Amino acid sequence: MANDPIQQFQINKIFSLGEVGGVEFAMTNSAIFMIATIVVISGFLIMSTSGRGLVPSRWQSTAELIYELVASTLRNTAGTEGMKFFPLVFSLFTFVLTANLIGMFPYFFTVTSHIIVTLALALLVITTVILYGFMRNGMGFLKLFVPSGVPGAILPFIVIIEILSFLSRPISLSLRLFGNMLAGHIVLKVFAGFVVSLTAAGAAGWLGAIFPFAMTIALTALEFLVACLQAYVFTILTCVYLNDAIHPSH
Amino acid sequence: MEAEAAKLIGAGIACIGMGGAGIGVGTIFGNYLSGALRNPSAAPAQFTNALIGAALAEGLGIFSLVVALILLFVA
Repeated sequence: MANDPIQQFQINKIFSLGEVGGVEFAMTNSAIFMIATIVVISGFLIMSTSGRGLVPSRWQSTAELIYELVASTLRNTAGTEGMKFFPLVFSLFTFVLTANLIGMFPYFFTVTSHIIVTLALALLVITTVILYGFMRNGMGFLKLFVPSGVPGAILPFIVIIEILSFLSRPISLSLRLFGNMLAGHIVLKVFAGFVVSLTAAGAAGWLGAIFPFAMTIALTALEFLVACLQAYVFTILTCVYLNDAIHPSH
Repeated sequence: MEAEAAKLIGAGIACIGMGGAGIGVGTIFGNYLSGALRNPSAAPAQFTNALIGAALAEGLGIFSLVVALILLFVA
């Protein structure tokens, strides 16, 4: 079916890199676009910071804008101590943002519309939170699950709820980004498919196709907003979770 | 009932959950906006909190969408 909205998420093998223990390692379109994302980020940041003028050029002020956005978010959420995680948070933000925006080009592959990618990013964040939480606070990190000022009778239930909500964090963090990108691209493809099927119906169809076409344009604008917003939301939630590792007592 | 038809009906029912997420996100931004109109100077400091709340509410709606997608394409 030509208008299958799921077909755009197909992972295709481009060339094989050999086998390790019976598992094939191949260069896929997903891997190509992940490399492209890294190349775009590195190229942009290297190019924009190579001048380093006291009065910033346009490129340099764009890079400074992104830096300041992430730095102020991290500082406001996790405090100055959280700034040691700035490289991690900045890399996550730029990777997710660039991957989302690259995916908006027609025929391009959206890396973040695959749950394996977003789950890997979310597990990286949660593993960092758990490891750093125990390294910094020792067993005091477990105070995260025991809110202060709760009556003793309902404390066991609160602890169970807190543990469950902590365990669901990597799932919700990854599913949010994955679901938003997947659903957005499916909706775009469905409305674009309406245009194709209507124009096949002759002159009246061409007139009628104006409406789904206008909708496609509006949805594209909305998808650009969602792409930026979801990258920012991923970053804020990372900062909030890191704050839990740094200051575990409520 | 055929299994395929049951899957499609289940996917449709699962998507009802997204309506709840829509109500939640609308409540958050509506209340943020009414608060911001009363006290515009305090609004920018709370925008991040509004986004966090919206993201948490939206995530639950995404769960039901994922259930629908699993029913349609995986199960």
